[in-house]
Amino acid sequence: MSWVLILEQTLNGLQFGLMLFLLAAGLTLVFGIMDMINLAHGSLYMLGAFISAALVQATGSFVAGVVLAVPATAALGMLLEMSVLRRLYERDHLSQVLATFALILILNEAVRIVWGPDLPLSMPAALSGPVELLPGMFYPAYRLLIIGVGAAVALLLYVLVAHTRVGMLVRAGASNREMALAMGVDVRRLFTLLFGVGAGLCAVAGALLGPLLAVQVGMGENILILAFVVIVIGGIGSIRGALVGAVVVGLVDTTGRAFLPLLFGHFFQPRVASAAGPAIASVLAYLLMVAVLYFRPQGLFPARG
Amino acid sequence: MNRLAAAVALVAATSLPAQGADKVKIGFISTLSGPSAALGVDIRDAFMLAVKLNGGKLGGLPAEVLIGDDQFKPDVGRQLAEKDVKLDRVNFLTGFVFSNIMLASVPVAFENKVIYVSPNAAPSPLAGKQCNPYFFVASWPNDAYHEAAGQHATDKGYKSVYMIAPNYQAGKDSLEGFKRFYKGQVVGEVYTQLGQLDYSAELAQVRAARPEAMYIFLPGGMGINFIKQFVAAGLSKDIQLITPGFSSDQDIIRAVGDPMLGTFDAAHWALDLDNAANRKFVAAFESEYKRLPTVYASQGYDTALLIDSAVRAVKGKVEDTESVRKALKAAKFQSVRGAFKFNRNQYPIQNYYLRVVGKDAQGRLVNKTIGTIFKDRGDAYVQDCPMK
Repeated sequence: MSWVLILEQTLNGLQFGLMLFLLAAGLTLVFGIMDMINLAHGSLYMLGAFISAALVQATGSFVAGVVLAVPATAALGMLLEMSVLRRLYERDHLSQVLATFALILILNEAVRIVWGPDLPLSMPAALSGPVELLPGMFYPAYRLLIIGVGAAVALLLYVLVAHTRVGMLVRAGASNREMALAMGVDVRRLFTLLFGVGAGLCAVAGALLGPLLAVQVGMGENILILAFVVIVIGGIGSIRGALVGAVVVGLVDTTGRAFLPLLFGHFFQPRVASAAGPAIASVLAYLLMVAVLYFRPQGLFPARG
Repeated sequence: MNRLAAAVALVAATSLPAQGADKVKIGFISTLSGPSAALGVDIRDAFMLAVKLNGGKLGGLPAEVLIGDDQFKPDVGRQLAEKDVKLDRVNFLTGFVFSNIMLASVPVAFENKVIYVSPNAAPSPLAGKQCNPYFFVASWPNDAYHEAAGQHATDKGYKSVYMIAPNYQAGKDSLEGFKRFYKGQVVGEVYTQLGQLDYSAELAQVRAARPEAMYIFLPGGMGINFIKQFVAAGLSKDIQLITPGFSSDQDIIRAVGDPMLGTFDAAHWALDLDNAANRKFVAAFESEYKRLPTVYASQGYDTALLIDSAVRAVKGKVEDTESVRKALKAAKFQSVRGAFKFNRNQYPIQNYYLRVVGKDAQGRLVNKTIGTIFKDRGDAYVQDCPMK
């Protein structure tokens, strides 16, 4: 067990965590401010990946494809909000779950009809090699890019939320929606804008993860579940909570996947260790959520006072 | 009395003498979508090419091929198999790429005495104790490429090898097969999730273990992602990658590119095998589909030729399943791999060659045959099979 291995797994966990954060941030704001459970959030992530892959094919440039996919997905998200989701705000959570679950199925088939079951998306050739971070320690350049972009977006969101007027309205709505409404905040426009930002964040995650995982129909479902775990741990409505929760879940999941099979390998056969390790590692994230719910039900950084 | 006479006359008029079928119906179910679709698409394209080159016929009868997509899901594969066998009453079932989907789907064929000719999946249970008279393999036993690769690793003298395969039947068979012939030290044996696409955690372990060589069994999209990430992590400089033939085949080469140069692999077939059937196949495939065929395509083509030879031998009487079985077992056809014969468990006995990824005369990346690892090899499970 060398420090190089530990460092590399930590970076892997950080990379995964930051991408989870991009999804969780949008989800937590929608849930926190609009009080709406949006299961179709994972589908926006899938749409972002598909649009990015299609644009990269059309323009021949990875950067152009990703950069253009963000506003395109944000626009689609806002369209979805104005047409369908707006009617769900007044309804109870169960109706929202049913409606947005239906949206997942509809969007999956719609994407299949427009683009087919999958699209290829490769990382840019310049980044497909390793970078020597420290003497003897190599790390894939593309994953470093993901960490960099994730950290930059986190910083951008912080500046947006803490230092702008819009951010102030968002924070007000998150901590007490009725009072914000009573104070005359233009709720409709704020919600639409919020949804658009959330969709844009999903697009960044989808476009960046596309080359590592495949761009295929149904890719949003697995990551959506983890995103919900993250916002429960972090606290609904809190972006800081989403960041901390995502990084923690990312680290726990990745280091669990990496080191539990090694641990089990000392006691069991390789086949058993390899099956049990990742299974228990994925359970660890949920165990963490259960622990947080037990000791601090509002989450680590609750938005509501 | 009149009514009885009328009834008898009606029955006599409507009962026709038994005739041979006027066409042969083939149920073709394969993985045609998702990251591993390239495999099923290649098998289907080559199978249909063989039918087309035969004038739309197999064994002299017009061939009706019902194509279905199992979407990499065993339950979908099973539903399609049930439809093909029970509703459409196909004469042959074929097509599955993945062993887990096939194992879930073929029991319905066996129960209804429909013959399944496998263009790819050939797991060890069906070679040994559970061998079945309605199961024919036109490809190779699941272990075969891995045994050949293990033998090659032993021949080359690699002292330490790290192995990765997905956690399902074929994955387990693959590493067992490799270990059967590799006599050096196994420093890692890792089973990943079937369909897993991000190998960052596993690659970090590989780097820490510092093996001389690495053996992977990761078909389709899994292999593409792994090799790209392996090279991106800088591991390809110090660790020799050995793969079974299909993990370094044209579909992977197209997706990964130059980083694959120098990879060694083992297979029963290569583009440059020198026999008339193969030359015709490669030329026809390339001209029809504008790409080079993979081993999967060669297997799909051979499956069609094998069925064609059997239907021809029974002179079109495909309802006589027993005669069709005997004709299939005789395997009198010109395979693109050269000589072809069945073992008593209906798995093939054939040669396995060492190939390396290099450039052909036109500068394209292809597998070049550089030696023979095994001659006339069967499989390790035939002794458990009760069939004669």
